[in-house]
Amino acid sequence: MPDDVTGAGTLVEAPARPGVAVRLVELRRSFGPVVALDGLSLEIVPGELVALLGPSGCGKTTALRALAGLQELDSGQVFVDGRDITRVSAHRRGMGMVFQAYSLFPNMTARENVAYGLRLRRVPAAQRRKRAGELLDLVGLASHAGHYPDQLSGGQQQRVALARALAIQPKVLLLDEPLSALDAKVRAQLRDEIRAVQREVGTTTLFVTHDQEEALAMADRVGVMSAGRLQQIASPVELYERPRTAFVAEFVGLTNRLAGTAGGGSVQLLGARVPLLPGSVESGPVTVLVRPESLLVTPAEPDAAERAAGRVLAATFLGALCRVRVRLDDGTVLLAQVSSVDVTQLAPGTPVRVGVRPAPVLAIAGSA
Amino acid sequence: MRARAAIRWSILVVVGIYLLLPILAMVEFSTRGAGSSRTLAAWRAIGTDADLVSAITVSVELALLTVAGTLLLLVPTMTWVQLRVPRMRRLVEFICLLPLTIPAIVIVVGIAPIYAWVNYLLGDSPLTLTFVYIVLVLPYAYRAIAAGLSGVDIVTLAEAARSLGASWRQVLLRIVIPNIRGGIISAAVISVALVLGEFTIASLLNFNTLQVVINLLGKRDAAVSVAVSVAALVFAFLLLLVLAQVAPRRRGAGMAEVEDA
Ligand SMILES: Nc1ncnc2c1ncn2[C@@H]1O[C@H](COP(=O)(O)OP(=O)(O)OP(=O)(O)O)[C@@H](O)[C@H]1O
Ligand SMILES: [Mg+2]
Repeated sequence: MPDDVTGAGTLVEAPARPGVAVRLVELRRSFGPVVALDGLSLEIVPGELVALLGPSGCGKTTALRALAGLQELDSGQVFVDGRDITRVSAHRRGMGMVFQAYSLFPNMTARENVAYGLRLRRVPAAQRRKRAGELLDLVGLASHAGHYPDQLSGGQQQRVALARALAIQPKVLLLDEPLSALDAKVRAQLRDEIRAVQREVGTTTLFVTHDQEEALAMADRVGVMSAGRLQQIASPVELYERPRTAFVAEFVGLTNRLAGTAGGGSVQLLGARVPLLPGSVESGPVTVLVRPESLLVTPAEPDAAERAAGRVLAATFLGALCRVRVRLDDGTVLLAQVSSVDVTQLAPGTPVRVGVRPAPVLAIAGSA
Repeated sequence: MRARAAIRWSILVVVGIYLLLPILAMVEFSTRGAGSSRTLAAWRAIGTDADLVSAITVSVELALLTVAGTLLLLVPTMTWVQLRVPRMRRLVEFICLLPLTIPAIVIVVGIAPIYAWVNYLLGDSPLTLTFVYIVLVLPYAYRAIAAGLSGVDIVTLAEAARSLGASWRQVLLRIVIPNIRGGIISAAVISVALVLGEFTIASLLNFNTLQVVINLLGKRDAAVSVAVSVAALVFAFLLLLVLAQVAPRRRGAGMAEVEDA
């Protein structure tokens, strides 16, 4: 059944075909002196959408291309559905791929593009046409079937590319920053659409991005990469609230670095005791990574005497929320998040007290 | 705006006259009869002079073989280099452009001993000239195809096709070639034009191609030779027109660059 596209009938209405598991084991790849993959291992469960997140050049694309068979590896193994496909060439892997660059075939219409993979599989013309139509419908472009790529907008082209990738009922769907060439609004919309489509078809999906918001919004689990390795892979909530390394804490979301004293599973910080996350340095003077929303900023009042004192430097209005920059009396500058209702009392120059919520934090070695 | 258009048109007319005048003179000369009468005898001779007819056939065959050979050689090679071994591109380009820097006479001197072997192995058909002509048109065809290739991101297109299940052969035939059509057609046009106009090498290697025979005829019957020359020009012009029609259906990648080559 896995390779049988012809018999599958309507992918759109049929119950989600269960996805397959993917396992990357110790992938290594260097380009001259540059180590793009440094022993990357990753497991994706069937039907899951995993986002690979990381700074530019950390090896995300290389990892994705290795899974697609478009990138040769120095060592390591790739398993899909339990089968070792490390030596299988790209055109026999049955992966659906959407590229960062526009990749529709300019000499074919949207429908022909979507149907191309089916044509390669010798699906009869009538059936090809029907399925291409269904998939274009799925991505909301049924009315553009006869258009050539240069008659489509960037967002439309990427939708057609998604339909084209899905048309072959891929074992795994691979998306390499498919939204990065689009403007913010189309991006957010298409992001949700891709997620909805992925849920509907149930294909195991690997999504590469350097946009943390995108990763957190779309993925079941997010893998944070740095220098060719996976730092942590976890659900968006866990990644955000329980980062395992300083890199993850600082790459995902905004973070303050504060000095504290650790001991007995907690840390003394801004006049409060806060529990420590696993992986923290457990004793002595430490640097604590604290999210802006974990900080409490209130106008200076006598009853808040045990908190650290400081002055507001600036406040940024973001809609429902505001970011307030505060300089503590010891010189540390902090970024805190407060609700817009409270910000009226926090004009620049206002003396304030800063406290911290008792959410677990990560403590690392060294002084802030 | 008006003045600009006027300038443009006058340039066009002046250049047109400059280019057309010799051709008109040739037509006038080739139709000159006894006294001040007009005759098409020279033009009719084109179809009846056996030497000429066979030379035309040879040249057209040579042109077709050269185009086929050049494209078969260059398109897959250049595609492969671009897709798989991009670091070899400079080298391939250097090799392909080399014939530009070598005068035809030097090529002949260098190639004559090789042709002794070619003649020995393949017979002395003038069609063996195809080998030299492929070398000769290589730089122009290379530039034309390179321009076509640079007009599309064939690396990404090829990867997309591969991931959809296309073999390398299918990538070449269904994805690369249709998208560099403009470049391929330019390469073909320029190759045909070069082969039909080539004289030096054919003459020095003693093959009776069109230009060689025209030259010989010129000594015997100038009117016929001039008539053939005009006919060849008109033929090349028509060929260009036809190809320009079929050339870029959607994108004109490649056409522009060859025109200044
Ligand atoms: N074909 C190649 N030749 C040489 N170096 C390469 C090649 N491909 C990737 N690299 C290098 O490997 C490293 C990882 O590249 P990769 O494209 O995987 O990064 P990335 O995480 O996708 O970055 P980005 O977010 O910028 O796309 C980079 O330093 C890059 O320069
Ligand atoms: Mg990348």
